[in-house]
Amino acid sequence: MKAKSIFAGLLGLAVTGTAGHAATTITIATVNNSDMIVMEKLSSQFEAQNPDIRLHWVTLEENVLRQRVTTDIATHSGQLDLITVGIYEVPIWGKLGWLSPFTAIPASYKVDDLLPSIRNALTVDGKLDAVPFYGESSFTIYRTDLLQAKHLTMPENPTWSQIADLAGKISDPAHGVYGICLRGKPGWGENMGTIADIANSFGGRYFDMDWHPLLTSAPWKQAVGFYVKLLKDSGPPGVVSNGYNETLALFASGKCGMWVDATVSASFLNNPATSKVAGKVGYAAAPYATSKVGSHYLWAWTLAVPKTSRKAEAAKRFALWATSPAYIELVARTNGWGAVPPGTRSSTYRNPDYLKAAPYAPAVLAAMQSADPNHPVTQPVPYTGISYVGIPEWQDIGTDIGQQVAAAVSGQMSVDDALKQAQDDTTRAMTQGGYLR
Amino acid sequence: MRRAPAATRLSLSVLGWIVGGITFFPIFWMAITSVKTEAQAISSTPLLFFRPTFENLANMIDGGDYLHFATNSVIVSFGSTAAALLLGIPAAYAMAYYPTHRTKDLLLWMLSTKMMPSVGVLVPVYLIFRDAGLLDTRIGLVGIYTLANLPIAVWMLYSFFRDVPHEILEAARMDGAGFLQQMLWLLLPLAAPGIAATALLTIILSWNETFWSINLTSSDAAPLTAFIASFSSPEGLFWARLSAASLLAIAPILALGWMTQRQLVRGLTFGAVK
Amino acid sequence: MNAVTMAHAPGAGRGTRRQAQARTARQARLLLTPAVSVLLVWMVVPLALTLWFSFQRYNLLRPAGGFAGFDNYSYLLGGHDLWRSIWNTVLLVGGVLAASIALGTLTAVLLDQPLFGRGILRLLCIAPFFVMPTVSALIWKNLLLNPVTGLFAWLAHLVHLTPVDWFSNVPLLAIGIIVAWQWIPFATLILLTALQSLDQDQMEAAHMDGAGPVARFRYITLPHLARPISIVVMIETIFLLSVFAEILVTTSGGPGSATTNLPYLVYKTALLRYDVGGASAGGIVAVVLANIVAFFLVRSVATSMGPRGLK
Repeated sequence: MKAKSIFAGLLGLAVTGTAGHAATTITIATVNNSDMIVMEKLSSQFEAQNPDIRLHWVTLEENVLRQRVTTDIATHSGQLDLITVGIYEVPIWGKLGWLSPFTAIPASYKVDDLLPSIRNALTVDGKLDAVPFYGESSFTIYRTDLLQAKHLTMPENPTWSQIADLAGKISDPAHGVYGICLRGKPGWGENMGTIADIANSFGGRYFDMDWHPLLTSAPWKQAVGFYVKLLKDSGPPGVVSNGYNETLALFASGKCGMWVDATVSASFLNNPATSKVAGKVGYAAAPYATSKVGSHYLWAWTLAVPKTSRKAEAAKRFALWATSPAYIELVARTNGWGAVPPGTRSSTYRNPDYLKAAPYAPAVLAAMQSADPNHPVTQPVPYTGISYVGIPEWQDIGTDIGQQVAAAVSGQMSVDDALKQAQDDTTRAMTQGGYLR
Repeated sequence: MRRAPAATRLSLSVLGWIVGGITFFPIFWMAITSVKTEAQAISSTPLLFFRPTFENLANMIDGGDYLHFATNSVIVSFGSTAAALLLGIPAAYAMAYYPTHRTKDLLLWMLSTKMMPSVGVLVPVYLIFRDAGLLDTRIGLVGIYTLANLPIAVWMLYSFFRDVPHEILEAARMDGAGFLQQMLWLLLPLAAPGIAATALLTIILSWNETFWSINLTSSDAAPLTAFIASFSSPEGLFWARLSAASLLAIAPILALGWMTQRQLVRGLTFGAVK
Repeated sequence: MNAVTMAHAPGAGRGTRRQAQARTARQARLLLTPAVSVLLVWMVVPLALTLWFSFQRYNLLRPAGGFAGFDNYSYLLGGHDLWRSIWNTVLLVGGVLAASIALGTLTAVLLDQPLFGRGILRLLCIAPFFVMPTVSALIWKNLLLNPVTGLFAWLAHLVHLTPVDWFSNVPLLAIGIIVAWQWIPFATLILLTALQSLDQDQMEAAHMDGAGPVARFRYITLPHLARPISIVVMIETIFLLSVFAEILVTTSGGPGSATTNLPYLVYKTALLRYDVGGASAGGIVAVVLANIVAFFLVRSVATSMGPRGLK
């Protein structure tokens, strides 16, 4: 009897041993944002349901991830099977044929439930090249208590001049409260994310239809001039080293009256564990100047499978699992509705439980639905993308423009000189890139 | 050695502790931050007294797979240091005791290999690693660190060896000691603190090397720098988490420094033999 | 043969002695071979590839390639911030070197005294060197230097001063402080190790002759430290020439190009676009510039190497 059970045990070990051996291990490269951390924790459920797949996580900082993934795919090394990429890369990489499209999508995935703006941005040549994990837009975040104290109200659709006016009124540097905080650290994904939206709504285009840079045009001078003056009048010191995270920290510690930035910030600011201002934060649409077109951006983190992966089938199975309606329900069950990945599915925004847990949800949905990367400005442009330009050269160009604008903010250069410099550098880069002769 | 008067010793000690305190302060502050909550970490009135939470540290060790990364760091930095010393000691010995008119050029050339910016050669190296099957392997990382540290190791060892009086080795040679004996029984003990300093330096440099470790590994061979990279700017507040991760990343090497500092600065034997 | 070996060969002239020397010289070369050959391979293979790529149109994001001539070089060298970045590099390297030698020497001399708790103190003073550049940059930027939430700002408020807006007003200095904080401990470590080998009898004799502490430092300690200082200069220069993480984390090269140094420029013009051709050209330019620096350094370092110095 005893011997038999030992034998059975051994047999069991042997079986699991072989099963473990036969399992496909997929390597997933991701960033360490909170929604991804939840995914990594819950992925053990996926492994339980799919015993033939083992998951291996590589977590990196955003820029490093981008560089790492690009090198891996471009040199056909096949080290990574599933990658987290931004909405900026998907069309560029898709056109290069680097991504393996999602073709066999089960009905339970409800692909039509994906927000149209996001789904369109991820579709290359009619094929879905990546599946969205979470999405975001930008809106106005403000301190209700500070406005009330001065008997001020925030319009539902504020203009930038109204914002500047409010910022001036609630600014109180002596008590450590600055009227408005905005990103200022140079970088295509940092200050340019904010500046591009302001420029769009002033009617400023990066390029005309022949790819000639337009950075010295009147709308750009107005937009950057406005941004610099606003920060000088009502912004905190040290703006030029504040990226998204630094500004979030300032707002969360009660130093800012207003902030125009990512909709995901709401979930951090509403959480008393990470924010001193929880419960005192209101949300309105992103400010606009002459036009609402392009005044708020659209961004999504997505999961994609590189063409070079040798385990594409398994990788896609996991990607579809992690972006399915069932996954959203799983997160809601384990972590609460407030923690579900936002901005990907219409059904999330129809769910009464979610609306209760996330009071800012309607504002987020409105922003995401009205952001159209194909029409970032009123006039026609040759590029897609609201807070970015969907060409490979953008990371370099955007970072350079960001550096020049930061020089204007810190007072080292005039706005006109900074834009002139940016115009020259961009012209040079576009010539080198073969867009201009 | 004359004993300094007690008062002098005391005032020098106070000065020393002030200097040490200022130098160490950022690390101390990081350690304090690692046991705060994220909200406390960004508080504008710095908190020194608060109820510490070990949640961040505990999360790192459980969820962050810390031990896996730490093991890789230890293997890679010690392995590459051993290899660099194995190659570097004979070379430095030869250069220090049997210099030729080309020795200076050779040293300069070795150092110039360090001056190639890593970003410039990433793609060539990546292609070589891919074809040799070295991507995401510890041996590959050991190899590249050995090469990266060898010039530094040779230069330092060379300088330390030149401090060992020639007469001692000369005398040993007269007594019929061969190369190997001279090196093993005389040079190494005499230059031990220098060798220890060199080894500590290359261990630290390998431990902290970020560019290659992140680009050439993905999971199996990823060292602590990759662990840190995952905490260095996620969306949201992360200062307390980053501090916890950093504290864990430097703790082993700080412990090593603690253990070796006696060897490093133990009164050199030279003093006695000069 | 050279002077050094001659000087140490008292019986020079006798045939057997010469033969023995020739044999040892051969053996010495043999000892050098492994190190030299691996470095040669490490140097030549990537350098050759880099040189080759630098004349190619090779962008990871654009499949079409081809011969580019000097395009990659002219693009890199034609930018307005090239000279600015070289100047910034020189300032950063020079400033941090000066700081680490001055403060490193003082700290080392202090730690060489019979202090209470010397073991712990030594560790405290060299600890910053163990911290990874990204981490130290983030800690300094967010927890210490931030003009609103940083500790320094809080201290400034305590004494009713306006906090310094480090990264806007003195960005290069701010980065220099962070980098110096990491590298002063290295200087301290090396110089302290060297101080331990200082001949105590000589010190004692000088003391007996009535030489004060300053005179002893000037005439005994400092000459003794010449060579270790040259090690520090040499090694730190190499690493300071490639400072990068601190800049990326804090200012991204801005405002304007106030903190763009050569590595950051190469990163920006090349790696942000995955332009392997451009990156390779940047790599070659950096190698050439670094070698120029190294040439002058080695010249000056070699003269300070004392009686047994290289000629």
